[in-house]
Amino acid sequence: MKKKVLSIVLAAATACSMLAGCGSTETGDTAAAGTSAAAATSEATATADSAADASASAAASDLKVGVILIGDEAVGYDKAHIDGIETAKTACGLSDDQVIYKKNVPESVDCYDAAVELIESQGCNVVVSDSYGHESFIDQAADEYPDVQFVSMTGDFAAISGKTNFANAFDNVYESRYVSGIVAGAKIKELADAGKLTDSNYDEDGKVKVGYVGAFNYAEVVSGYTAFYLGLTSVYPDAHMYVDYTNSWFDVDAEAAMAEKFISDGCVIVGQHADSTGAPSACQAAYDKGTTVFSIGYNVDMLDVAPDAALTSASNNWAIYYEYLFNTLLAGDKIDQDWSKGYNEDAVKITDLGPNCAEGTQDLVDTAISGLKDGSLQVFDTSKFTVSADNVATTLSKSGAAVTTDDAGHVTSCKIDMSFYDYSTGTPTLVYQGDTDEAIVDGAFEESTFRSAPYFTIRIDGITELN
Amino acid sequence: MSNSTRTQVREPFMHITKRTDVKLWQSWGARIIAIILALVVNGFFIDSVTGLNPVDVYKIMWTGTFESTYNFMTTLRDVAMLLCISLALAPAFKMRFWNIGAEGQVLMGALLSAVVMIYLGGKIPSSSLFIIMFIVSCAAGALWAAIPAYFRAKWKTNETLFTLMMNYVAIDIVDVCTNTWRGSKSSMGQINAHTKAGWFPKVLGYRFTISILIVLALAIIIELYLNHSKHGYELSVLGESEDTARYAGINVQKVIVRTMLMSGAICGIAGFITVAGTDMTVSSATARGFGFTAIIVTWLAGLKTPYMFGMSFLLIFLEKGASQISSAYSSLNDYSTQVITGIILFFILGSEFFVKYKLVRRKKETAKKGGDSK
Repeated sequence: MKKKVLSIVLAAATACSMLAGCGSTETGDTAAAGTSAAAATSEATATADSAADASASAAASDLKVGVILIGDEAVGYDKAHIDGIETAKTACGLSDDQVIYKKNVPESVDCYDAAVELIESQGCNVVVSDSYGHESFIDQAADEYPDVQFVSMTGDFAAISGKTNFANAFDNVYESRYVSGIVAGAKIKELADAGKLTDSNYDEDGKVKVGYVGAFNYAEVVSGYTAFYLGLTSVYPDAHMYVDYTNSWFDVDAEAAMAEKFISDGCVIVGQHADSTGAPSACQAAYDKGTTVFSIGYNVDMLDVAPDAALTSASNNWAIYYEYLFNTLLAGDKIDQDWSKGYNEDAVKITDLGPNCAEGTQDLVDTAISGLKDGSLQVFDTSKFTVSADNVATTLSKSGAAVTTDDAGHVTSCKIDMSFYDYSTGTPTLVYQGDTDEAIVDGAFEESTFRSAPYFTIRIDGITELN
Repeated sequence: MSNSTRTQVREPFMHITKRTDVKLWQSWGARIIAIILALVVNGFFIDSVTGLNPVDVYKIMWTGTFESTYNFMTTLRDVAMLLCISLALAPAFKMRFWNIGAEGQVLMGALLSAVVMIYLGGKIPSSSLFIIMFIVSCAAGALWAAIPAYFRAKWKTNETLFTLMMNYVAIDIVDVCTNTWRGSKSSMGQINAHTKAGWFPKVLGYRFTISILIVLALAIIIELYLNHSKHGYELSVLGESEDTARYAGINVQKVIVRTMLMSGAICGIAGFITVAGTDMTVSSATARGFGFTAIIVTWLAGLKTPYMFGMSFLLIFLEKGASQISSAYSSLNDYSTQVITGIILFFILGSEFFVKYKLVRRKKETAKKGGDSK
């Protein structure tokens, strides 16, 4: 019995001494890691120093980049980032040990842990995270490490956060979704003209049914599926799209199940804004059983998993951004706090067309791309879609965007509040104040110009959200 | 498999007997041999699948915990959380009540902590906020454990299935809440990110220092409770035989409900320290599956607190190492690192078997080979 008590006391004593030891050595470690002593964790000093020039420490050869990924190579979205980073690394002459990855980091405190580990253990002076939900944790780290440059991909509040060491970036992937919609529209047109569609493929209004597997019902996804729908209807106007959400960025089973449901409901095309191969695989399985259905994927070429059913995938060319990021930091300059580029810089693309694409698709695609490049084609051209009174109300209740329309239902004004709110307390609480901007300029909705993250949240006619 | 007849009882090829006199060096020798064997087997696995040098992979694995102070501290933090749940399970397991519902009990505790943070954060002084969070978390965890305990005590329902199912109810309740709170975002983010109300203050540079200290105190209390209190003795009698306990005048129903209230309350504390010291938010992943891992920890440690700490540390070390490996190599993804940690665990658990028991071969064979019994 005595022995046991002794061992507990010993355990307690060891644990206490460990704690004490760690506390006292912490600052020493930080200094040894080569970052300035101001990087120590005190929040008070962090805010005071936030105006300090963050890029200075990231100069030239001691550039060390930490990358936080929500998935790994098995996830299309992350694979696209890794490919982009590896390409940019070679192009910018960085060595292998100048880029450190942290994979499978969830949108939780694990992200903050990963950031601190990259900085404290690996000596990273640039930290990039690739998922939207990482942003608030990156924001917390950015507070505490003012000398480290942080980039939150797809994030939406760096510019209004008042931190100079914190930036957002995103490609105009809605442009490539629009183009992938054209591919889908061309296919529907071909099938309809050839009489290959059955009654179940049409809804009661005689419109062809299209399904879309979404991840979450917020701006990035809404902007994406609307662009896809507008691309599709630019070729084949009589289509109606159904959108449902899996509430996860990557869930093979849920995405496949949703696609199967769309297919059994008679959808001819299944698009997606979710990161797995679930939906294309489900389309291929149905196609093999003789159902007429085709898939438009996201991020990566889906021809491996759906050789017949995949038409193309909307994708990003992340190398463009990462080359910009690395080169700017290597030159010792400051990076843009909001970076977003589309076809004008080849930052977005669609993957190779599948063998089952309709004849003439390539020409339509090329025309659209050149239109997007020279600005003659606007994805969210207000003359191309209408918004019913019901949808105006839905838009306001779901996203807070105030839309006004003319008598024909075309949008004449859309006010977007760029502020960042915390919803966790029941009522939206302002975290960072942003401007309220008029997004309709010259008859088109200007997407991703006020900030890099998408903010198109208008629910337009012809699309039904199932959830 | 073996053909035995009525007339002649054939001794099986091998049989298992309990070791009676295991010296300390023998038990530790067996464990060390197990780890070495595990590393060798893993070496073949790593080499054949990826062609990487296993020693490099092991070095990377080591860095998961020991690369920096921060890594070590987050390891301790996770160990504290796992240990806390293991401590909660120990009293229930001692009376042979299979509480498989720790995951749900932790989640309910965490959820209630979050609710208090959301609705009272900034409205009352932080000391009373923490006290309320603590109390409601304990109550929520205790309630979640008491329901199956009451059914078991009253109507002898199967507690294993009941507590297991309560986990999934809890997970769904948390999902419903977080899906409402996150609005149109993909994740909820941290609660009270601006006011930091309900966040533990930093002690020695870390918010979770307080969590670790709380678990340390709990460990001492539970050790004393189990081994040096009347309650603890009642539990061990009850664990041996319910009838004996009844005969000895122990109120079985009362002990079951009382112990499960305690077990659930400690799980609730685990939820509370995770929300206030680590996550500052809640999701159905808040318990990290530790509610299930803790079952292994508690049982393998033989309900002994110091061993529970050791087991917790080992499991967290392996987990940290695994994530470090899959980040460092593109050829070793999440799945293959799970194989590596699985093999290590398998060997370590296997060694425990050989520490406690020995295989004795049939006499004839033993004589021929010259008495080899490991």
